[in-house]
Amino acid sequence: MKRKYIALPYLIWMTAFIVLPLVFVAYYAFTTKAGGFTLSNVFAIFDSLHIKATILSLGLSLSCTVLCLLVAFPLALVLRRIHLNHKGLIIIILILPMWMNSILRILALQMILSKNGILNMILEWLHLAPVEIINTPAAIILGMVYDYLPYMILPIYNSVMDIDQDLIDASSDLGARFGYRLRHVILPLSKPGIISGITMVFIPCLTSFVIPDILGGGKIQLLGNVIEQEFITSMNWNLGAGLSFALLIFVIIGLIFTQKHETKYKESRVW
Amino acid sequence: MKKKITMIICLTLTICIAALCGCSNSANDQKTITVINYGMYIDPAILDQFTEETGIVVLYEEASTPEELYSKYSSGAIHYDAVCSSEYIIMKMMADQSLQPIDFTQFEHIDNISDDVWSFCATFDEGNQYALPYFWGTVGLLYNKNMVSTPPTSWDVLFSGEYAGNIIMQNSMRDSFMIALKYLGYSCNTTNPEELAQARDLLINQKPDVQSYLVDEARDEMVAENAAIAVIYSGDGMLGCTYNEDLAYVVPEDGSNLWVDCWGVTAECVDTESVYTFLDYLCCREDIAKQNFEYVYYPTPNTAVLNSLDEELRNDEAVLPKLDSLDNCEVYQLMDDDTTAMMDEYWKQIKAE
Repeated sequence: MKRKYIALPYLIWMTAFIVLPLVFVAYYAFTTKAGGFTLSNVFAIFDSLHIKATILSLGLSLSCTVLCLLVAFPLALVLRRIHLNHKGLIIIILILPMWMNSILRILALQMILSKNGILNMILEWLHLAPVEIINTPAAIILGMVYDYLPYMILPIYNSVMDIDQDLIDASSDLGARFGYRLRHVILPLSKPGIISGITMVFIPCLTSFVIPDILGGGKIQLLGNVIEQEFITSMNWNLGAGLSFALLIFVIIGLIFTQKHETKYKESRVW
Repeated sequence: MKKKITMIICLTLTICIAALCGCSNSANDQKTITVINYGMYIDPAILDQFTEETGIVVLYEEASTPEELYSKYSSGAIHYDAVCSSEYIIMKMMADQSLQPIDFTQFEHIDNISDDVWSFCATFDEGNQYALPYFWGTVGLLYNKNMVSTPPTSWDVLFSGEYAGNIIMQNSMRDSFMIALKYLGYSCNTTNPEELAQARDLLINQKPDVQSYLVDEARDEMVAENAAIAVIYSGDGMLGCTYNEDLAYVVPEDGSNLWVDCWGVTAECVDTESVYTFLDYLCCREDIAKQNFEYVYYPTPNTAVLNSLDEELRNDEAVLPKLDSLDNCEVYQLMDDDTTAMMDEYWKQIKAE
């Protein structure tokens, strides 16, 4: 089959920018500074400090994912129901922020949330008490939700829109009320989209370090920040790579779990 | 046969072209040097002026952090003749034997460099053989005169709790430990685990009072009056003061870090004459050093430039830190691997609280 060769550019790309870097990470992860073999860099994830950072990362990513889901799923339902010719336009407005550089948006959010920032200026003008949200976990979650929401909306919207109206009509003809219909018809049918959305939000949140750095004021240490510190300031590439590798294992376990679900429903979006 | 002829013609042509290139190179006799420095750390016009005056072309590379500069240099992809970096990178390069001694007697204007700054350099470069000071400065406090009642004289303001929630620290391991160690009365180059542990505990206790740990944004946050006090490098502090008149910069009496960015000539540099000409021109010659100072606006080691400044500017401590205020200041020394690992671990503990 000659047609295989049209995948060649991607193959080269994949080797150069995905496989090779992973090999380097693995090499550093399993060696000491002197070059000998070791497992200590990977198992360093179980240090109390790193466990603390991991738990914090998991907690923040989970909150962010749940919030995104709470926004995205009802939105998809509403968009499905309204008979609007310009649904595409609404989606474009929702993903419009993605056209702007994410760091710039986070920096803008920092300006808005900061102590004498725009938000507090407005609150003061309304004679309300100022909020001190900057440099707290709440600011980080807000930033993450802001940044990753489109990645949740798109797959869920796609799978909700694909649900056959006849199935919904049939269930209501048979007497299913809205709550029952949602639980037993709509939710199962949109599961592939939900799972894709969760994967695409949870994993980047778990590994992010720029958002916690900017909105957390360097006070909140997630696993991504620890890895960054090891690479940039401590110049301990081996430990940094070891922790990255451990994180990678978590992510792969998560992916295997979701893949299982997806094959069960035989439909997958984005992934 | 035909093929052979074509090949011969091609070969001859290639050789001719190669020879021509070679000829034109030597005929032009253009000298080229390659240097690396931090971004925004030179008046770019100077490079053109230099080429115009001397005919030597300067290929100028940039890096944004000391670590990036070092890895760019050590990757070996580009052959550098001269490197400008923070003193601890210069120390590292001296230890790696990647620098060669500089023959300062070939510098026409070397007398313009202040003896005080030479003596700072001597703390890590014995006999001033390898490093030519470029700019120097201190780490100090930038404070808002409206929010801080009395001008701070000690790092104490960061630890007393008086300004809880209004403090910005540097998001830098070495600088944060320096402050805590100096406040406790120790050397910032200590390798004593006991002293480092005390500094760590002090920083952990301080953390709830800290608004944020920032790097370059610290200045902007102070200008926007989001905090009362920030730990800052003197050059940044000086800029902050010009943006917002309510700000002032001070070096606490407990002592601080004194940093010197230096030029070094790499061991593989062959055309030292051109490099010397460039460094003499850039750092030592009064008019050029002044032009560069007005662009970079960091304390310059060039006494001729300082003497030509007007009175007000010269008395500004951020421009020229008073030498008696520097009694307790220290230049960072290269840390051994064990101390680095310990400090790294402690810093993570502070950040994890």
